[in-house]
Amino acid sequence: MSLAVISLTLLGIILGGLLGIASQWLAVEEDPIEKEIQAMLPGSQCGQCGFVGCAQAAAALAKGEAPVTLCPPGGKAVAEALAKKLGVQADLDGHTEQVPQVARINEAECIGCMRCFNTCTVDAIIGAPKQLHAVLTDICHGCGKCLTSCQMDAITLNPVLQTTSTWYWPKPEPKVISKEVAA
Amino acid sequence: MKTNYPIRGGVHPLYRKELACNQSIQPFPLAERLYVHLQQHVGAIAVPLVEVGQHVKKGDRIAMAPASMSSPLHAPTSGIVRAIEDFTAAHASGLSQMAVVIEPDGKDEWGELLAPIADPFGVPPDVIIARVAEAGIVGQGGAVFPTAVKLGMGKQYKLDTLLLNGAECEPYITADDRVMREYAAEVVDGARIMAHTLGVQKIIIAIKKNKPEAIEIMTAAAAEYPQISVVGVKIQYPIGYAQYLTQAVTGRETPAGRRNAEVGVVVQNVSTALSVHRAVRHGIPLISRVVTVTGTAIRNAGNFEVPIGTPVSALIEHCGGYVQQPRFLVNGGPMMGFLLPSESAPVLKGSVGIVAMASEETVEKAEKPCIRCGSCMEVCPIGLSPVDMAALIRKDRLEEAARLAVGDCIACGSCSWTCPSHIPLVQYFNYANGALWTADKLRRKNDKLKTMAEARVLRLETAKQERLAAQAARKAKAAAAAPVTEEASE
Repeated sequence: MSLAVISLTLLGIILGGLLGIASQWLAVEEDPIEKEIQAMLPGSQCGQCGFVGCAQAAAALAKGEAPVTLCPPGGKAVAEALAKKLGVQADLDGHTEQVPQVARINEAECIGCMRCFNTCTVDAIIGAPKQLHAVLTDICHGCGKCLTSCQMDAITLNPVLQTTSTWYWPKPEPKVISKEVAA
Repeated sequence: MKTNYPIRGGVHPLYRKELACNQSIQPFPLAERLYVHLQQHVGAIAVPLVEVGQHVKKGDRIAMAPASMSSPLHAPTSGIVRAIEDFTAAHASGLSQMAVVIEPDGKDEWGELLAPIADPFGVPPDVIIARVAEAGIVGQGGAVFPTAVKLGMGKQYKLDTLLLNGAECEPYITADDRVMREYAAEVVDGARIMAHTLGVQKIIIAIKKNKPEAIEIMTAAAAEYPQISVVGVKIQYPIGYAQYLTQAVTGRETPAGRRNAEVGVVVQNVSTALSVHRAVRHGIPLISRVVTVTGTAIRNAGNFEVPIGTPVSALIEHCGGYVQQPRFLVNGGPMMGFLLPSESAPVLKGSVGIVAMASEETVEKAEKPCIRCGSCMEVCPIGLSPVDMAALIRKDRLEEAARLAVGDCIACGSCSWTCPSHIPLVQYFNYANGALWTADKLRRKNDKLKTMAEARVLRLETAKQERLAAQAARKAKAAAAAPVTEEASE
C-alpha cells in the first residue's frame, strides 16, 4: 500500500515537474486563442470591421478590444460562436437587424475596366477586359469594396430579399409570462 | 402477413371527413386566369420556357427542370401567357413567388402529348423514370418530392416493398379517399408500374380504417394481382407520415436522419399513382389534381379535379361561397396545413384541400405556462421531448435543442394539439429548424468565402512569382547576349 502511494506520488511530482519545464521551454509565442478566432472568421479579408484583415481583427478580439459583433459577413452565427469562445455576452439584438446584401453590376453602365474584378477579395466578380462584369451572388457577401473601385458608379449593394424557400416561421411571441411564474 | 405493428404516440382529432367524403369528384370549370407557380416541388425552381403573349396548348411544357432534383411544369389548359411575374403563393409566409399567368382561351385544346407507353412492364425502369420526370409528377400527398427521383431509388437501395399511402390521416381531407373509390383500377395500375420501376415484387396498399368503402373497392381492384395486398391501418394521427406508416405496416423503423428506402420500403401516395398511370399510359402530364374543398363555413363541400394554378377564390365561389365568414381558411389539413395568406393564392401540385373553418370548429385559448404534464412526450410519434426542446428554444438555446433532435421533428402538430396549456410547440420547432438551417447555410457560405479568399491569394502569389521568374529569365538572357555583342563590336 505505502509502496504504491509513494511510487505514484513520486511519479506525479516528476511528471508534473517535467510538464512545468516543458511549458516554459516550448512556450508558443503568439496567443493561441488568436489563431482559433482567426479560423472562426470568414477569412475573406473584406475589411468591413475596420481592421486591415481577419488576422488583425482576430488579434483585437483576443485582446478584448473589439466587439464580437464586428464581422458583418459572418452574421449572427459568427457573432454567437465568438461570444461563446470568448465567454462574453453578445448583444445580438442590434446585430440581427443587418440584412445580408449582395452587389449588383448595372449592365448598361459597366465598361469592363476590371477594377472591381481586381478589388474583390473573394473572386465573386467575373469578367474580362472590355467585357461585361457580373457578380456571383452566392459567393458575394456584400462587403462593398467594389463600390468605391467602380469609376462608373455602376455597382449597387442590394439587400437579399426573403423568398418562400428562405423564409421560416418566426419564434412564437411569449404571450404569457404570468405572475405566478414570475413570482 | 402481419401488417399491424405498434407505433409510438399519435393523437385522435375529430376527423369530420363526412362533410365531403360522399361527394364524387367533379370536373372544375376554368378560372379566368391560372397562376402556375414555378416552385411547386422540392428542389431547384423551374425555369420558364414561354414568353409573354405566347399561345400555349393544354399539356405543353411551360417550364423546365434545371436540375434532376426539380420538376417541369405544363400548361393546365390552352390559352395565352399574360405574364410571368411574382404572385401571392399558397405559402405560410404570405410571400410572392414567380408564376406563369395563363389566360384560358376556353377551347381547352390539347397540345401534342408524349407517346403512351403501351407495355410499361416490358421497358427498362429508366424509360418510366424519364417519363415520370417529363410529366412533372411530384408526391401529391403534400411533400411534393420529385417522384422520378424516388423511383430511381431502386438503383441505390435494396428495396422489397412499394407501400402505397392511402391513409389520408389529416382531418377533413377526402381527396385520396375519392381517388381510390373512383379510380381504383388506375391507381392499382400506377402502383404496378411504380413497383416494376423500383424493381420490387410486393405492393402494400395501406388505407386508414375510417375509409371502409375505399378499402373494399381497392381490395376488389387488386384482387387479380397476388403481389398486392390491401391493408387497413389504425385510425391514429399521423399514420399517413411515410416513416410512421412503414413502421405500422412492416414493423421496420427508419433510423433518424435516414431515408425510408434504407429499410427497403418506398412510399408513394395514391394520387401520385394515378398521375403515374396517366403519364405512362396516356402521356398526360400532371396538370390537375383532386382537391377537397370543405369546412362548415363553406356552403357546398366537395371534391374537384382542379387545374393547377386555379385561384382558391374560384374554388370557394364554385362551392357557393361561405355560409358564414370562416374563422380560418386553411390550405391543407388543419393539423399540418397553414392559414392561406390570401384567397387569390392558387392551387399547387401539393394542395390536398382547402378547409374553411367556422369559429365553432376551432379551439382558440390563451397560452398558459407549461405545467410539465408530459402529454406532448407521450403523443410525439418520433419519441422526442417537446417540453424540453420548447423550453430551450424559448431561451434561444437552439444548439442544445438540436442535440435533443429537434431536427427530427416532422411538424405533425400532435404536441400542439394535445398541450393543455395551448403552447404553440410545433411553431417553436419550425422556428428552431429554420433558424438552425439558415445559420448552417451561412456557416457553409463563410467556409466557401474563406476558400475563395485563400485561392485568390495563392493565385496572385503564383502570378507574381511567375512574373518575377520571367523577368529574371529575360535579364539573364540579356546578360548572356550582351558580351557577345561587345565582342562582335570589337
